[in-house]
Amino acid sequence: MEDIEHIGKKIQLVDGNGRRLDGRALDELRPIKIEAGVLKRADGSAYVEWGGNRVLAAVYGPREAHPRHLQHPSRALVQCRYNMAPFSVSDRKRPGPDRRSVEISKVTSEAFSAVVFTEQFPRTSVDIFIEVLQADAGTRCAGITAASVALADAGIPMRDLVVSCASGKIAGQVALDLDKEEDNFGDADCPMAIVPRTGEVVLLQMDGHLTEDEFDRAMKFSMKAGMQIYELQKDALRRRYAVRALAEEPADTGVTQ
Amino acid sequence: MSNEVIAELMREHIVKLVQSGRRGDGRGLEETRKLTIEKNYISTAEGSARVKLGDTDVLVGVKISTGTPYPDTPNSGVLTTSVELIPMASPTFESGPPRPEAIELARVVDRGIRETKTVDMEKLVITPGVKVWVLFIDIHALDYDGNLFDAASYGTLAALSCAKLPGKMTGGADQPLPVDHWPVSVTAAKIRDKIVFDPQLEEERIADARLTVATDENGDIRAMQKGLSGSFSYDEVRYVISTARRLGNGVRGIIKA
Repeated sequence: MEDIEHIGKKIQLVDGNGRRLDGRALDELRPIKIEAGVLKRADGSAYVEWGGNRVLAAVYGPREAHPRHLQHPSRALVQCRYNMAPFSVSDRKRPGPDRRSVEISKVTSEAFSAVVFTEQFPRTSVDIFIEVLQADAGTRCAGITAASVALADAGIPMRDLVVSCASGKIAGQVALDLDKEEDNFGDADCPMAIVPRTGEVVLLQMDGHLTEDEFDRAMKFSMKAGMQIYELQKDALRRRYAVRALAEEPADTGVTQ
Repeated sequence: MSNEVIAELMREHIVKLVQSGRRGDGRGLEETRKLTIEKNYISTAEGSARVKLGDTDVLVGVKISTGTPYPDTPNSGVLTTSVELIPMASPTFESGPPRPEAIELARVVDRGIRETKTVDMEKLVITPGVKVWVLFIDIHALDYDGNLFDAASYGTLAALSCAKLPGKMTGGADQPLPVDHWPVSVTAAKIRDKIVFDPQLEEERIADARLTVATDENGDIRAMQKGLSGSFSYDEVRYVISTARRLGNGVRGIIKA
């Protein structure tokens, strides 16, 4: 995912006034846009633009779990597939899952298993599909943010939405929501996912080097940003259903379903 | 394309409608769905287009780099076309290696580009036998509501038409990818003895036979592919070709715009 051509250049990631390359403050998110209900076939879907990231999420289910031996007699499975489009990165990525996307899929499934009322749908599977169309660091957070809205759009009962955001360290300072340049040249990256209503952490990963104090700071940054993302998610859902209520649905000819 | 079950009632309903010259979504038999194309949708790709044909939604990305030519074609660039029918797009698509449907689709689109010399591969040579441009066309189906053939080929042509040969690979400026021809495919589906154009999902599901015809700006036929287990009479084939030529002209204008 790294841009080899940039390596070797010296880049000043934070200037004297605490501003970053794109002009953001250390605790500032990139611009985020969320739209709910963007696909026809899926039971629920959402689209997220987050800085240079463009991510789609779709949810199918609860439906019969495949393969069958995975079916759980007393609860639903939450299965996630995180996938990057071959053209989403600067050097074309070979299609299909690699070790990185398998890992991200796994921790994302686990994060959502913590909030979905799985016991209401025994033997079924709630399938979440995250497609990264264009990547600019933080794709898993954008994906989880989108998937959460897609789950709500699909009407899957959940304890709450899940919000996700990363904090890291660049030029020796803790910073929120690293972009690609900062991720490549930064010192640490720590994505997390949170249940806003309770503050529970349902996903946490870290690589790099942080002191305990720095981690506290990173956590505070992400928690605070999470509340902003939460509002954007709820707003996207409100818009989706407000539009539906106002606009007259086109006459049903009986063939659409 | 799809092995979804369809209710017998729905099947009868669609057949009845088509017999009386009407369709489930109110279109005439020769009427195509609304086509919108957004070029340069993905900034990490050298060329891209998001195509919506009704509710069918396809994203095509073109990645371009330099590489060595195949030994048997030293004076020709390299072109590879892949299709991913990701499980996001339909409850019947599964993850895993490409299935026959995806491979057929990729090959039909690939032939359309290669054999029509839409992109003249001989113009993609930098140093004969040593260095040529390498094109990867990746077709990503996002929402499947029928007629992926046409949506994918429109997306591919649109993405190629806005693609740039990246100057950073050769130490020059970006050059537009030369696109010499504009073959436009139009797909027809036969339901009993009636023929509908641009079939949507339900029509495709119950169709007996399918025929895709690509015509160029001179009205000449550049590619054809017949699918499914039914058959067409010679007159029907002629009818599909002449209609495809007429409809193709309108589509070409939208792709070129």
